[in-house]
Amino acid sequence: MYQTNYHRASSLEDAANVHAGADEAKYLLGGMTLIPAMKTRLAAPSDLIDLRHVDGLKGIRVSGREVEIGAATTHADIAQSKEIESVCPALHYMANHIGDPLVRHLGTIGGSVANNDPAQDYPAALLAVDGTIVTNKRELKADAFFTGLFETALEDDEIVTAVKFTAPERCGYEKFRNPASRYAMTGVFVAKSAGGVRVAVTGAGENGVYRAKELEEKLASNFAPSALDGATVPSSNLMSDIHASSEYRANLVVVMAKRAVAKAAG
Amino acid sequence: MGIEGIGARVARKEDKRFITGAGRYTDDFVVPGMKFAAFVRSPHAHARIRGIDADAARQMPGVIDVLTGPEMKADGIGNIICGWMIHSKDGSPMKMGAWSPLATETVRYVGDAVAIVVAETKAQARDAAEAVEVDYEELEAVILPEKAMDPGAPQVHPEAENNLTFDWEVGDEAAVKAAFEKATHRVKLDILNNRLIPNAIEPRSAIGHYNKAEDHYTCYTTSQNPHVARLVMSAFYNVAPENKLRVIAPDVGGGFGSKIYIYPEEITCLWASKKTGVPVKWTADRSESFLTDAHARDHVTTAEIALDADHRITALRADTIANLGAYMSLFSSATPTYLYATLLSGQYEIPAIYCNVKAVYTHTCPVDAYRGAGRPEATFVVERLVETAARELGISPAELRRKNFIKSFPYQTPVIMNYDSGDFDALIDAATKAIDYDGFARRKEEAKSRGKLRGIGMSCYIEACGIAPSAAVGSLGAGVGLWESAEVRVNAVGTVEVLTGAHSHGQGHETTFAQLVCDRFGLPMDNVSIVHGDTDKVQMGMGTYGSRSGPVGMSAIVKALDKVEAKAKKIAAHILEADEGDIVIENGECKVAGTDKTVPWFQLALAAYTAHNLPGGMEPGLKEGAFYDPTNFTFPSGCYICEVEIDPETGKTEIVQFVAADDFGRVINPMIVEGQVHGGLAQGIGQALLEGAAYDRNTGQLVTGSYMDYTMPRADDLPSFQVPMTETICPGNPLGIKGCGEAGAIGSPPAVMNAITDAIGNNDLTMPATPQKVWAALNAATRH
Repeated sequence: MYQTNYHRASSLEDAANVHAGADEAKYLLGGMTLIPAMKTRLAAPSDLIDLRHVDGLKGIRVSGREVEIGAATTHADIAQSKEIESVCPALHYMANHIGDPLVRHLGTIGGSVANNDPAQDYPAALLAVDGTIVTNKRELKADAFFTGLFETALEDDEIVTAVKFTAPERCGYEKFRNPASRYAMTGVFVAKSAGGVRVAVTGAGENGVYRAKELEEKLASNFAPSALDGATVPSSNLMSDIHASSEYRANLVVVMAKRAVAKAAG
Repeated sequence: MGIEGIGARVARKEDKRFITGAGRYTDDFVVPGMKFAAFVRSPHAHARIRGIDADAARQMPGVIDVLTGPEMKADGIGNIICGWMIHSKDGSPMKMGAWSPLATETVRYVGDAVAIVVAETKAQARDAAEAVEVDYEELEAVILPEKAMDPGAPQVHPEAENNLTFDWEVGDEAAVKAAFEKATHRVKLDILNNRLIPNAIEPRSAIGHYNKAEDHYTCYTTSQNPHVARLVMSAFYNVAPENKLRVIAPDVGGGFGSKIYIYPEEITCLWASKKTGVPVKWTADRSESFLTDAHARDHVTTAEIALDADHRITALRADTIANLGAYMSLFSSATPTYLYATLLSGQYEIPAIYCNVKAVYTHTCPVDAYRGAGRPEATFVVERLVETAARELGISPAELRRKNFIKSFPYQTPVIMNYDSGDFDALIDAATKAIDYDGFARRKEEAKSRGKLRGIGMSCYIEACGIAPSAAVGSLGAGVGLWESAEVRVNAVGTVEVLTGAHSHGQGHETTFAQLVCDRFGLPMDNVSIVHGDTDKVQMGMGTYGSRSGPVGMSAIVKALDKVEAKAKKIAAHILEADEGDIVIENGECKVAGTDKTVPWFQLALAAYTAHNLPGGMEPGLKEGAFYDPTNFTFPSGCYICEVEIDPETGKTEIVQFVAADDFGRVINPMIVEGQVHGGLAQGIGQALLEGAAYDRNTGQLVTGSYMDYTMPRADDLPSFQVPMTETICPGNPLGIKGCGEAGAIGSPPAVMNAITDAIGNNDLTMPATPQKVWAALNAATRH
């Protein structure tokens, strides 16, 4: 790790001020991606601004089917939330299956969506439930927020403060893990709500999380695994690496979608 | 057998400090005045060094010095050598290229060391290492072993034309050819044995400490064989004469072979300590471990067997290209020759065998012995061929094996080895019973009803342990003898210290070795200490690898115990006024058999040291040493059966049952032996399903350079193993031990691959059988 300056932000304003005055500052929540990258000298921010102790960034608020989760809420918090389990069981399941216990007690939902690592789980959930990302400046729909591999609509100094969404009627998540890293090599979140069916795929797309429109169409009229019998998705925009070719990922998109629907329907 | 003697499941004494974080590893040692090193490493697979500019780095905070290869060469530090001479079939000696600990003119793999930076802190050393400017002229690299000998391929060393270090053969080529011409059935396979990265939990580390006042060096290092390290560093690398070099290998957190070798870093730290006048510590980070710990396996083989009409195997031949990487590491030449091709007879009576091995240089990390070392590669060839033959002949794989088993011993194979003992039918009986082999069809049907493809695969292995006798390995090219030494010191109060030349880096020697003493004298475990890993304490030893600490290391202890017992009996007979032949030692007492006349062990020990009343002419003290040189290799054998279920939609394999039936000869501590088998199985299953080092075939960059891409086996990848044991006593050593450290990694890969290929109905599949590859193979099979 290169030398860096650590700041514990007391408020969002404090964080923004430090950011404005620093060379190349990075906001820090769980640090599950940033800290390993710094340790291996692949990232070298001049300043780290720790947001974990800012009041109001943490917590789960559920009102009817409206859900709001603070950015600094850990995966473990979500994994242990009875309210989340009741209104959005697939998100609860997802949180329970991110990394290992250490990761779940440090990693946060805000850090995850702000980083938009193509193998992270939450972007799929937020895209599928048509969620909203709340920042210290504005609110953005997930469709507009996730713009590419490790890229979001966030401005350099903008801070994710919360995510919110209306819980879908039915939802399911299934992922196939990368054998080495255990991150999602392909993860599919399906959500059925009054507005229709949305299928979001993480871990597979060349440009990060995306919606599998061809599967959404098939599921719109029949939200059942059998609706995807024989379905295929194109492999042209999918990642290819030593663990999975784009063709294999295309297969996994359909298989995981089917299994996610089975869970949602069950 | 006492409760802590031979055969007892004694809990490991050493685990208390290991699991409480109180072990003392090299990186835990702090030498007064110690500074820290970082290495400048090549980012290229192949490049010429035009120049090194370290001026800026030398000016950085905390930097003591930056030292390079030419300075090292000027100081007379020698090149790193391979310690086993192999001659090609034309009689010429192997073509070894020069390996300077710090590269002088050319770098030959990504990670090759170019310079060392010594600084006040580790971070300062790293920062300065990044500031060292090396002017590289990038050159084309050759990465794949099968391309290394191509005309026009980039040359790794000028000494090895066409990158060929040796073209070696064993067996009778003409007899094999004749047998194939007469054969009724022939089975041929192209076989890849995937390259592995060892991944010991403790990264390599070294502290070099030169004491100017005493003109003496101390090296703390992560070594499986500190005495060999001292010998080699003294005799070949000119670091220091042996009497002025102490090597200490304290607690070592796993080696699996990768810590046998003497690497550039420990040599450089010792040299740099003298140059800079400060003790120098270096500890690899995980990235350096991936890049520079000697890699493993990496064979490309074409092999075939011939069978007669009665399904008897009449011949086997194998052509292998072995990838040695960029330099010839210490045992790199022995692994793909005498530790590989000599085991190609497997458990079978095969009248004619021939093997040709071409060992090639490539621009990749050096490759050397790793858990099993050659025997996993041999077993994989034989057992994939035999299983495939059974399928092609439409007969039971178990029956084909039984028909061809060697049934009487000693058995001389056509490829050097003389098997001393075994009972292969007993092993296959134990394994098939444990897994319910005959009930497989029913389980396969049941799995089908759940949408899963179930397969079963068998592997019957035999391997060779001990890597001795010395005269034999010497005649085959070994640069050292492979005996072992021991010294048993009975203290004046009767407690016992055993000094051994073997080295424990996870094997549990402090417990198993102590059990021999407890068994012999009836002493409690707590009264026995095992001392190892320090050249100032133990005079000489050959270290631990090749499953040799049991058959060779413990045999030396037994010999020393025999001498102690003999002297103790003489003293006891004198004290008790009895005949020496009537003295028995048990339960911590020496007694006259059949009487109530006894002398407690501690009083006897005290008598040996007070020397007030010893037999006439006897020297005081009770301490004896012994060297033990075996009469043959030892031959553990086993039958492993793996049952898998495959998800056809994703290609994911789950191992649902795994039976490893082993014959290790006499077992001292069954719990520790089972643990060794479990660990070996995890590594073998890791090789079959998960692990595989991948280099970019053009740039030579290591693609699997972290745990994000290199798949280590985890607990949930593995089933609960069944490990029944059978026993035939090894006739070659006093305890009847065969060795158990590597068996799991040797026997398991073909069992797993035979099971998967059975399940998917496609034999064309390479290790690691990742979900992607299984899915693709399954679809290819379905399309046929």
